[in-house]
Amino acid sequence: MSDVAAGLTIEEEGGRVILVPTGDWIVDTIARFASEIARIDHDIDPGRVSIDLSGIERIDTAGAYLLARPIHRARDGVTEQHFRGDHATARRLIQLVLEKAINSEPEVEDRRFGFIQAAGRIGAGLEAAWKEMIATFAFFGHAITSFASTSARPWRFRMTPIFAVMEVAGVNALPIIAVLSFFIGAVVAYMGANLLETFGASVFTVELVGIAVLREFGVLITAIMLAGRSDSAFTAAIGSMKMQQEIDAMRVLGIDPYEALVIPRIVACVIMAPLLTFAAMIAGIVGGLLVCWSALDISPQFFVTRIHDSVPIQNFWVGMSKAPVFGAIIAIIGCKQGLDVGGDVESLGRHVTASVVQSIFMVIIVDALFAMMYLELGI
Amino acid sequence: MSAVSAPLIEVRGLKTAFGTHVVHDGLNLEVRRGEIIGLVGGSGTGKSVLMNTMIGLKRPDAGEIFYNGRALGKMADSERARLESHWGVLFQGGALFSALTVRENVMAPMREHTDLPRSLMTELADMKIALTGLGPEAPSKFPSELSGGMRKRAGLARALALDPDVLFLDEPTAGLDPIGAAAFDSLIRELRDALGLTVFIVTHDLDTLFAICDRVAVLAEKRCVAVAPIDELLQNDHPWIREYFGGPRGRAAHQAREG
Ligand SMILES: Nc1ncnc2c1ncn2[C@@H]1O[C@H](COP(=O)(O)OP(=O)(O)O)[C@@H](O)[C@H]1O
Ligand SMILES: [Mg+2]
Repeated sequence: MSDVAAGLTIEEEGGRVILVPTGDWIVDTIARFASEIARIDHDIDPGRVSIDLSGIERIDTAGAYLLARPIHRARDGVTEQHFRGDHATARRLIQLVLEKAINSEPEVEDRRFGFIQAAGRIGAGLEAAWKEMIATFAFFGHAITSFASTSARPWRFRMTPIFAVMEVAGVNALPIIAVLSFFIGAVVAYMGANLLETFGASVFTVELVGIAVLREFGVLITAIMLAGRSDSAFTAAIGSMKMQQEIDAMRVLGIDPYEALVIPRIVACVIMAPLLTFAAMIAGIVGGLLVCWSALDISPQFFVTRIHDSVPIQNFWVGMSKAPVFGAIIAIIGCKQGLDVGGDVESLGRHVTASVVQSIFMVIIVDALFAMMYLELGI
Repeated sequence: MSAVSAPLIEVRGLKTAFGTHVVHDGLNLEVRRGEIIGLVGGSGTGKSVLMNTMIGLKRPDAGEIFYNGRALGKMADSERARLESHWGVLFQGGALFSALTVRENVMAPMREHTDLPRSLMTELADMKIALTGLGPEAPSKFPSELSGGMRKRAGLARALALDPDVLFLDEPTAGLDPIGAAAFDSLIRELRDALGLTVFIVTHDLDTLFAICDRVAVLAEKRCVAVAPIDELLQNDHPWIREYFGGPRGRAAHQAREG
């Protein structure tokens, strides 16, 4: 391929401006002439412009477009007078580009920045957040009614997907949740050991570990892991089905997407969250027990007896009672975000992020509400 | 027009397989410089896989693809990149970038490979989009807002973005209305005549085959059972070819051209 350097000279002759392009006028070479051509297009009456084609070697549609620009606005169309010389294909390409293409001016984007725009954005953001909240509540309601109507006909529960989600979102998450909880239990015990020792009350580390893990940490770690691990998976799975129109196909085939996709995930999460929480509690207490044994010389037997005697069982029930609620919140937010995904990948990414952030946010808010409630109840 | 010239692309002894499922076995095909060659074959016979193998997206399990006599699999990266920048590819599903507007999709290869000023790039992109028959509202739309046929056109506009030497088109007229399909055919032919393009079209559109293809390759029994101008193919007595062109649609398209 001979890359003959492209050139452009401009001659004046008898009141006409003659463009003399030379060499290869192809997409790789024409960048240099863009401003020159734009100037001619702007300054010179298109009726007075001619193009001398004889010096052109190769030409493609990009080159033809650039050459056609100074003449495309000619009042009585592009005619013989606009061309000089001959070239095998240039004339034809220029005509092709002229007749099919140059018809629209590129639109100008509004790119102003300023105080009013900034305020406008904040307003739009707040409104979107408000609408999103209402939509989430509406989805919540829809999921509940859907669940109720399925419960009235329990054979409509789809067992296979329920068990599949229980395995993927629940059983497979067990190791990581147990390990995290183990370390949190150990950290709490170290902190307690350190602080309480200064009062000579290090034996209360046992109560500290027991209450903290049973009441809060077990269930919170489970919920946060579920949100990070399973929520993103729910949103991504349902969202890509939405992108491929699979959800529309389900509706048309008479399959209720709530019944087929949302309910199984909610049921599975509501069942698995307490079980995972229980495992997290055990792991957390074992973590605390090992630290007490190694750092405080509290023997395991003593640790277990003391937990048994001095940590009220309510703490366990408080922790467990929160688990199914968190499970439901997580599943509902994940499915809602999945069904909101639009046609493009970007929106899939956005909704996966939103799903994880919102569910962790909601879990913590609801946990605070629980704490207030149990405080009032004196439990 | 279709003077016999040296092969630009040569597929020799190609074998491709997914696991144990062999798609092609001992396939040979030549694409000549400046011709429009059609590829037909039943659904699932491996037309798209063949195209993807020819453009180097899938590695052959045996055999080799040659461009200008150079083996694709043995090229240095730089040579391969230079070759690829002269290709335009339209995938079966359009394969537009869903996060970009149609205009940005067409500009994407220009940004990557040229140093054109942005405003000219925009104008060129709009020109290519208009060339493929999309209206002036199309450039600022996102792919998810387009119909299937419009996506095909946008995909073609992107394939044409750098004025390639070789065009690979996978079922370009599927999903287009007959008027749009005919305009598509004439655009391809006009570009070929003006730019000397080589065009490889996978198609089931009998009108396209009759109207613009210099030669047609038939994919059956895991290989190309025939490659010939369409008039010769009509005389071929391979059972699948006879059924394909001898069926009611084949006859109608043939008569339309004769008449
Ligand atoms: N990614 C893949 N994995 C496994 N098999 C595939 C894959 N892509 C295609 N195939 C198989 O290869 C064969 C040819 O597919 P394809 O080339 O898409 O057919 P068509 O001729 O309709 O374009 C089909 O049998 C298909 O099942
Ligand atoms: Mg295909």
